[in-house]
Amino acid sequence: MNMEGKTWPFISTAWKFGDSISTDHISPGRYFHLRTNLPELTKHTLEDAREEYASNVKSGDFVVAGRNFGMGSSREHAAIMIKMSGAGAVVAKSFARIFYRNAINVGLPAIMCNTDKIADKDQLSIDLELGKLKNETKGFELTFSPIPKEMMKILSEGGLVSYIKKYGDLKL
Amino acid sequence: MNKTLSEKILSRKVGKDVSAGEIIVTDVDYMFAHDASGPLTIDQLRTMGIQKPAYPDKTIIIIDHAVPSPNKTISNNQEKLRKWAIKTGSRFSEAGRGICHQVLAEDYASPGQIIIGTDSHTVTAGALAAFGTGMGATDVAVAIGLGKTWLRVPETIMIKLDGDLPTGVYSKDAMLTFIGKLTMEGATYKALEFSGSTINNMRMDERLTLSNMAVEAGAKVGLISSDETTKKYLESRGRGKFFQKIMPDKKAEYTETLKFDASEIEPTIAFPDTVDNIKTVSEAAGTEIQEVFIGSCTNGRIEDLRIAADILKGKKVNPNTKLIVTPASRETLLLAVQDLTLQTLIESGATVTPPGCGVCFGALGGVPADDDRILTTSNRNFKGRTGNPLSGTYLASPATAAVTAIKGEIADPREML
Repeated sequence: MNMEGKTWPFISTAWKFGDSISTDHISPGRYFHLRTNLPELTKHTLEDAREEYASNVKSGDFVVAGRNFGMGSSREHAAIMIKMSGAGAVVAKSFARIFYRNAINVGLPAIMCNTDKIADKDQLSIDLELGKLKNETKGFELTFSPIPKEMMKILSEGGLVSYIKKYGDLKL
Repeated sequence: MNKTLSEKILSRKVGKDVSAGEIIVTDVDYMFAHDASGPLTIDQLRTMGIQKPAYPDKTIIIIDHAVPSPNKTISNNQEKLRKWAIKTGSRFSEAGRGICHQVLAEDYASPGQIIIGTDSHTVTAGALAAFGTGMGATDVAVAIGLGKTWLRVPETIMIKLDGDLPTGVYSKDAMLTFIGKLTMEGATYKALEFSGSTINNMRMDERLTLSNMAVEAGAKVGLISSDETTKKYLESRGRGKFFQKIMPDKKAEYTETLKFDASEIEPTIAFPDTVDNIKTVSEAAGTEIQEVFIGSCTNGRIEDLRIAADILKGKKVNPNTKLIVTPASRETLLLAVQDLTLQTLIESGATVTPPGCGVCFGALGGVPADDDRILTTSNRNFKGRTGNPLSGTYLASPATAAVTAIKGEIADPREML
């Protein structure tokens, strides 16, 4: 599983968000009518958390947040939008259950670790296999618990759609 | 083995003893998608190369979010769902029939089932001892295509509520109190189980309110043992044969048990922008409110409308606020017409909109103006939830909503009962 034009682990920029970023912050309900037009919907990614994110994020950048990222609705669009916006991964102290599952399903790595010492614009590199996040700007390294092995199978195929296309069944 | 309700339901389903922490692949009894995530669900099915549902009679497409459709894009999306349902022989719930969770409760959910839907409030079915949980479009697409899903058997937090709720205090107030205590992430990856004499004495509509909001504490399900109330509810729906008694074992292990005394619970309100930002209504009294919404899968049932109508009878909605009422289902609407609940609400100045999700999710009518405060009987108050990030959303019971509509400011229902 690789980002277009990038091979893990790569160095990229952190976009720092706070605690309790809900799916309404990520994918506001008022853009309901755009849910079948994903490129257009993606222009509003995280709009109610940081309006400048969607137009300035660069391919491979990391969304970094506090506790309970993605709480609320089951709208998979929230995870898809972050992925389509170009983000390489979401790093948070904790995730809401449905968002975490959706992220893996759409092939967006969701990494749980203490994000307190990561600031906006810090340069990070993440090694998914070794479970290591390096803050190149501040010069420290964090380890994170690996993604559960059943979910890693889905993620390493690029998401649940590709997984089912390959295996034709759930064989976790 | 000593099983929690979750472990019991899931063990029966997979035909062997399973316990918290295990990953299982299980058959699903009902899988549904609505007009907010249904189009993506169908697209994902097509991308996976799956032409039809494994079980069309267990697959339900429900139009409930944008009802009636406000523009041609949404109309076209709904038409795509309608056509897909007809083509595949799936069940179809047309716009106006009701909110998916209410439709599931009325027509489908029964004890011991596993129900997954493209909506986080699928947990509502837990009130009928059904393991209902929300998932994203791709997970539901896989369930539709294969007839099964994967789950991690959750650990369980027990919420025990004993005693009588005081006059003017409802299951909504109790649930907001629980969430205030648990916090909005306190039950993440876990199940909630509700028990105690108060729960035993609750009507089904009150239980549905509790289970509905389990996800606001991060929970995967919000389960209540099935009992005589469940049996009578199913019988009243012509589904008595689907009743089975399911309760946890006496020595089931819970990660935590939270005990509450019902007599100490007060009318409660969640302030913007999180559901665990709890205050008592008496603390909040006097805060001006520009819009009140009574409806949603949390509190849009006939009993909720009756509670509001009893308070609004012979009174008028304050000129400084607006009241929007949206029944949760067509049956709710019809009952409210028949017993004149609707007439009372309309005479008080309420605007009644067709059955569906209504104001709750911010893409249909009733979007508040900048700086407005909107008090709703729904389940979420995140920034921008009701359509305008410059407004604030407050959550409370139908009684608090009705009194607030009369006064134009947050008010305690005990004043008018």
